[in-house]
Amino acid sequence: MFTFITKKNSRSILGKVLFTSALALTLSACSDSDNNDVPEVVAPAPTPAPAPEEFSYSVTLTNLTYAQPLSPLAVLLHGDNKMWEIGSASSLPLEVLAESGDNADLLADASVLVSASDTDVLLPGTSSSVTISTTDRMATHLTSATMLVNTNDAFSGLTGIDISTMAVDESMSWNLNVYDSGTEANDEAAGTIPGPADGGTGFDAARDDVDFVAYHSGVVSQDDGLTGSVLTQAHKFDNPAIKLTITRTK
Amino acid sequence: MKSAINKMGSMLSVSALVLASTATQAQDLSITMTNLSQALFFTPVISAAHEADNHLFMVGEAATPELQMMAEGGDVSGLASLLTNANANVNENPAAGLLAPGASTSYTLTNDEANTHLSVTTMILPTNDGFVGLDGWKIPTEAGTYTVFLNAYDAGTEANNELINGGGAPGVLGIPFDPGTDFGTGGTGVTDAENNTMVHIHRGSLGDDDAVAGNSDLNNTVHRWLNPVAKLTITVQ
Repeated sequence: MFTFITKKNSRSILGKVLFTSALALTLSACSDSDNNDVPEVVAPAPTPAPAPEEFSYSVTLTNLTYAQPLSPLAVLLHGDNKMWEIGSASSLPLEVLAESGDNADLLADASVLVSASDTDVLLPGTSSSVTISTTDRMATHLTSATMLVNTNDAFSGLTGIDISTMAVDESMSWNLNVYDSGTEANDEAAGTIPGPADGGTGFDAARDDVDFVAYHSGVVSQDDGLTGSVLTQAHKFDNPAIKLTITRTK
Repeated sequence: MKSAINKMGSMLSVSALVLASTATQAQDLSITMTNLSQALFFTPVISAAHEADNHLFMVGEAATPELQMMAEGGDVSGLASLLTNANANVNENPAAGLLAPGASTSYTLTNDEANTHLSVTTMILPTNDGFVGLDGWKIPTEAGTYTVFLNAYDAGTEANNELINGGGAPGVLGIPFDPGTDFGTGGTGVTDAENNTMVHIHRGSLGDDDAVAGNSDLNNTVHRWLNPVAKLTITVQ
């Protein structure tokens, strides 16, 4: 059953309503008679600036595939924007991640306010968590991405998730599908796949595919009719390929 | 703060009630359909809000002749007539032609009070009788934006021989055409049997790696897919 149904926006609108109402109620509570033990403030004395509040999130990745190791997970916090979109050309940093698994350029992207990366490749059937923390109130959205390394340019993840209304200890979880960055033809040829199935070249600046991001059509493999593929039946995958869970911890 | 939270709780319930009561009237739906694939084209899309008992297709049931026309040749006129006769609210061909790989089309659908369910179909090219489908999705009464992912179905009316020969009329074997450029020729045919004649989840195209021979006229690195193949973003106002 792949007909996932999710509801967005109305929740975050409610979140904003709550936030605004909470402010209004807090302000009015100053003169409220049920706060008898709080002295009324006549002329507020200058107070030292409070320590900036820290926001922390834990992002847990689970590899759901049979034989597709995942490149070290990139976790990015940024403003309200998306790092990729179906039908639009991949950015260069995303192309590098999707073709080679190297996330350094994406972590350093100009729109990124805070970044973190997992330390190692994540093997099938295993899970790993990355913690990311910030005091920057502009860091309202999260992007996370990883490459399926036994492919030409497949990646999975999510982008532009609004985390600004998450409460401490609140979690959100997704089973995620696989994207194709559209930057390298899926020829599965020797020398083009960086994972252990090949050990080939990762990033190649030439864009010899449709040049827009879309969902991946899956690998074909030498066992299913692609002469010259270095992949076998073992490298096939289906949607969903990864599970991601975001938990606000602070 | 505790009493403040309680107050907010009751404010929320009141808002929910207001939304629920307005939603029993006609609703305006803003819909964006995205073709998630790299190389599949969608023929003119038909969307409808209709009564709960109506279906454009049902998994495990035989396709109607009208569905067959859509699934084999992209002709939605039969489905449009059925829907109009059933007092459905219908939107046809929002992309003014094919919805290309990676492309999106946006349109509005105002549904009458009795038309509580949304269905969408469009043929997938290049396939024999593959289509994208949404069967009777209950339209939420709460305002908001909803995302629904759609799968590829097989109408069960034509063998998936994967030969591009112009065959688009109902009952004529073959794929009408591939609007893209990666198709081959000279295939001998993947199969001539269609043993499951009921609507089912499409098993996907096979394709091959020989552009001038082989079993299939499709390219196995281009024309396959994994579900889902389309995304609907539906804003209920």
